[in-house]
Amino acid sequence: MSLSIIESCVNCWACLPVCPSNAIYEASPHFLIDAAKCTECEGDHATPQCASICPIEGAILDHLGEALNPPGSLTGIPPEKMDEAMAEIQAR
Amino acid sequence: MDLMVLGQNAEEEEQAGGGCSAGSCGSTDDQVDLLPEHIREKVHNHPCYSEKAHHYFARMHVAVAPACNIQCHYCNRKYDCANESRPGVVSELLTPEQAVKKTMAVAANIPQMTVLGIAGPGDPLANPERTFHTFHTFRELSEKAPDIKLCVSTNGLALPAAVDELAKHNIDHVTITINCVDPEVGAKIYPWIFWNNRRIRGKKAAKILIDQQQKGLEMLVERGILVKVNSVLIPGVNDEHLQEVSRIVKSKGAFLHNVMPLISEAEHGTFYGIMGQRGPTPEELTTLQDACSGDMNMMRHCRQCRADAVGLLGEDRGDEFTMDKIEMMDIDYAEAMVKRAKVHEAIAKTLAADEAAANSDIQVAVDSRPVLMAVATSGSGVINQHFGHAREFLVYEASPAGVRFISHRKADQYCIGDDTCGEKESALTTTIRSLQGCEVVLCSKIGFEPWDELEKAGIQPNGEHAMEAIEEAVAAVYQEMAEAGKLDSTAVAAAA
Repeated sequence: MSLSIIESCVNCWACLPVCPSNAIYEASPHFLIDAAKCTECEGDHATPQCASICPIEGAILDHLGEALNPPGSLTGIPPEKMDEAMAEIQAR
Repeated sequence: MDLMVLGQNAEEEEQAGGGCSAGSCGSTDDQVDLLPEHIREKVHNHPCYSEKAHHYFARMHVAVAPACNIQCHYCNRKYDCANESRPGVVSELLTPEQAVKKTMAVAANIPQMTVLGIAGPGDPLANPERTFHTFHTFRELSEKAPDIKLCVSTNGLALPAAVDELAKHNIDHVTITINCVDPEVGAKIYPWIFWNNRRIRGKKAAKILIDQQQKGLEMLVERGILVKVNSVLIPGVNDEHLQEVSRIVKSKGAFLHNVMPLISEAEHGTFYGIMGQRGPTPEELTTLQDACSGDMNMMRHCRQCRADAVGLLGEDRGDEFTMDKIEMMDIDYAEAMVKRAKVHEAIAKTLAADEAAANSDIQVAVDSRPVLMAVATSGSGVINQHFGHAREFLVYEASPAGVRFISHRKADQYCIGDDTCGEKESALTTTIRSLQGCEVVLCSKIGFEPWDELEKAGIQPNGEHAMEAIEEAVAAVYQEMAEAGKLDSTAVAAAA
């Protein structure tokens, strides 16, 4: 059971200090999670901390390879409503 | 604590007053002149807090704080870029030890640098580890370089918990970015926050952030720490709301309000940039600043600098102080402090002399129309820059009431000293467009070609006041325009 960080990570550092297991480390080209240390925050927190602070949709996956922050989850705009949202913003 | 939002508290409304209660309405003075003496004393040599000081004194930011605990729609968290100049962008992250070394190296080499700020690229108080880095830097510096002022800039979410530590480290300037006091508005700016180990979204998130910001502001004011409030003007989102923000933060004791234009170029990759949210026009920005200024001291000279900027506000000398270069420098700080004190004393004398000279009366008819003039300067409060070398122009307004600073306008530097620049034409056009609304441009020198183009665009170039003090020169040109009959109300149509 471990989460993983993929290439869309922008190395913003937010996740590293919030990990209760010290499983996240700086690496090139992007931060990584030590699978041996990661507990997915079970027993420590209700939600995985790295995925709760990560600003990039899709950058953190669960052990099944599913994105913990799927498209639209961080902007608050579901993909099918993107055109509508864009039109509203451009009318400002 | 109870957050005061729009019109909920009649007593506060009354206290904050309206119209010209703060005494700054219609004033042509530097905003600092209007502050109580004990605050003036603290900000007279702070380039970010005093418009006059920013012509002489420099600042620097050290990038020790990359992580952030909220998302703003105007921010792209991929901060590493050498070629962009805007908040949240840096080239090199530093450890606290490196930050201390860099600050002392800059202080020794740029003696007019008086202020060190920690402004990111994330939030300096985002989490305990980062807060520790921030304070470690401050603690070391307050011991080793006591002649440098220390500032911190924050989104405010974790501010209440950090206030006592801030007070302990003798940090007497804090900037809080407050874009709204209404969660409805906030939800359009902040998609989420990280709070108590969870991601919180929407209005609920905005309400927590707003509550924390206001509480932090109150706590800082109680402890006598100076608070400046930064707000990003986002057309159609908080433009109508920012006057209320200004009124409320003033009533709670913030001493200066800095309304900045949204930066939202698509290539920066921010949510607003990608979605096509526009930034305000210079006119929209000035109109809002003027509307707020009845109640609040407004800062108008902010350059929205990088989180690792070094130098005078209009310049960035960061390239001279990369860590590899600093490692090669041998700094004797005791010696540097003596030199710095002399430089600061000389500047203080110049500022005092400027102040004495600035009261030159303008003798024009009281109904003369105001005129905007652009000035090319590389610092020291004088007109000392070639038109083609200017990366920015300072805009002043001359009116029967006097001369006041309005804003700065960014320009593409179209002449870099050789003849190879093929983009010359378009860059000149862009520069001229950026001067829209100005009728005169004052510079030390100017070439024939831009002279012609400016005249065609209805802007009169003027190189006759080279090396003169800006405000006096602007007043003199305004006086000449009056004598030539260019300020009559009938001349408005001709100028337009």
